[in-house]
Amino acid sequence: MSTLVIKDLHVSIEDKEILKGLNLTINTNEIHAIMGPNGTGKSTLASAIMGHPKYEVTQGTIEIDGENVLEMEVDERAQAGLFLAMQYPSEISGVTNADFIRSAINARREEGDEISLMKFIRELDKSMDFLEMDQEMAQRYLNEGFSGGEKKRNEILQLMMIKPKFAILDEIDSGLDIDALKVVAKGINEMRGEGFGCIAITHYQRLLNYITPDHVHVMMQGRVVKSGGPELAQRLEAEGYDWIKQELGIEDTDAVTEEA
Amino acid sequence: MTVETKLALSATEVRSFSQNNNEPAWFGSLRAEAIEKATELPMPTPDKTNITKWNFTEFPQHTVESATFSSLDELSAEVKEIIDIEGQENLYIQRNNTAAFLKISDELKAQGVIFTDILTAVREHSDLVQKYYMTDAVKVDEHKLTAYHAALVNGGVFLYVPKNVVVEKPLQVVFLHDNADASLFNHVLVVADSNSAVTYVQTYVSTVEQSNGQANLIEEVIALDNAQVTFGSVDVLAKGFTTYVNRRGHVKRDAKVDWALGLMNDSDTISESITHLVGDGSLANTKIVVVGRGEQKQNFTTEIRHWGKNSEGFILKHGVMKDSAQTIFNGIGKIEHGASKSNAVQESRVLMLSEGARGDANPILLIDEDDVMAGHAASVGRVDPLQLFYLMSRGLSKAEAERLVIHGFLAPVVTNLPIESVKNQLTKVIEGKVR
Repeated sequence: MSTLVIKDLHVSIEDKEILKGLNLTINTNEIHAIMGPNGTGKSTLASAIMGHPKYEVTQGTIEIDGENVLEMEVDERAQAGLFLAMQYPSEISGVTNADFIRSAINARREEGDEISLMKFIRELDKSMDFLEMDQEMAQRYLNEGFSGGEKKRNEILQLMMIKPKFAILDEIDSGLDIDALKVVAKGINEMRGEGFGCIAITHYQRLLNYITPDHVHVMMQGRVVKSGGPELAQRLEAEGYDWIKQELGIEDTDAVTEEA
Repeated sequence: MTVETKLALSATEVRSFSQNNNEPAWFGSLRAEAIEKATELPMPTPDKTNITKWNFTEFPQHTVESATFSSLDELSAEVKEIIDIEGQENLYIQRNNTAAFLKISDELKAQGVIFTDILTAVREHSDLVQKYYMTDAVKVDEHKLTAYHAALVNGGVFLYVPKNVVVEKPLQVVFLHDNADASLFNHVLVVADSNSAVTYVQTYVSTVEQSNGQANLIEEVIALDNAQVTFGSVDVLAKGFTTYVNRRGHVKRDAKVDWALGLMNDSDTISESITHLVGDGSLANTKIVVVGRGEQKQNFTTEIRHWGKNSEGFILKHGVMKDSAQTIFNGIGKIEHGASKSNAVQESRVLMLSEGARGDANPILLIDEDDVMAGHAASVGRVDPLQLFYLMSRGLSKAEAERLVIHGFLAPVVTNLPIESVKNQLTKVIEGKVR
């Protein structure tokens, strides 16, 4: 079992503090949902864990099994087992999807132990079938000209091929129609189990109808303010966030702008 | 200010060089007249690059003697890589100024295709060469460097494809530069007669680090009615040359010329690629990739000029700049009066890899006709940090992520090169340069 521990995390973007002392612990074999109103720092958390260049960690720690994540470069964080499914994946012209995924898999393997081409193609075909993706997408340039739904499926395809210890899904459900949402959820449920932990960041309870979380956290004003089980998500869906604000005496002061 | 340029050879020397080569009288006269003109004519004035202090005229010796190759086994590994040794049926190798190897298939000979070095062609196909040599495309008296070239030509290729002949497989030429004292005044003349089609791919490769000579290259492509020419070139000339390269297309009715050029010189380079769409319904595609590095200064002018109605011209240029390299990209789409229903499109993209590099993209549209279409796009930027973040978040190192982004950036031109081995060589050169 692996554990990802975030303690007292403070993160700024362009000198504006977004996360203000966030604590979270997740183990492999667990799925955590992080919910909250717009502009509370959910995507900032995702980006900061992965090491996005625009976000500056000013205080606190992130560790995987005792290893200091904050000292690692972005690629080293990936090698350590982190994966971020992005809200707006980049388009890379001239690099095919298949070549890219193969490079990503081999980047985690020792030289001389690269995945064989046949094995790779078998696994890629299988995963693409599972995600109901057209085989021709393997030979298209990475995310170039993909629709919003295709990009999200492609993030899950990479997740299934790379098999990280911890996946952070940054609003994987936004902009998806219900069929695409079901497919994406199917992919994540397929990954679920020993050796895989997941943080699913979402605005909407809808995603959690298809992926049942073990833990639900509510973020407000740059902190986790309430945690619970799946029933918490259902109450949020039914009643919104106002009851939490009242319960905790939170006033809407400086709603921060969520960064894309 | 005028700079006194000392020309390396006199008219008498040029004439005796021509006589020693047994060249026909017209060619000797053309040389002799050209050297006179070269003393008087002004230098070209590439837009936004000041070349008054560049030395285009002095060199150690006009020609060097090099050994020929009796078999391809004698080639160095570096040169072998460029060639599909087993599969390439039509191949010419020039070593410095020496015609070093020629292979031409019986099929091509039977079709009447002429494929030989330019100085042999002048002797053996004098009338044909005379008809097209510096007549329709490049003129001797355009400026000092065209005249200097005409006077001192010491290598190059002549390719003639007769009417209605379609050459299926690409012809390949390698210009090998392995003597630091060599100067290259190469003239390539490709003539595709009516309804013919041919693909020609050449590589300039230096195997010496440094050159003491000049490279003054003129390449003319004449596509007669309804002919199709694909012209690929990968230029990898060494530091030390002052390179002037002039590529010119002359495209007649319904004819088409595709240029795919990987311009990877390490020398200071002035490059102009101009295609004249003289016939109605003619078409040109000019695709160029450039990598600049070190202290290199380069100027690339790419122009398509529309004279014929319904003519279409597309320019695509992608450049990567690193270190302190300085590069100007001038892209010109010019539609002359009367060239109605023509379409001129161009795109220039420059990717900067370092603070000290400079890259300017100047798109210019000159339109003298109302009923036309035209468009341009230009951008100069750095590697997108979000792209790097995305790639690295999957475990790729920064170097590998950058490599992929650059590779992808240049792919639209690289993938257009019609010979696999040349494409691979270009990819390798690019990777070596951007590392």
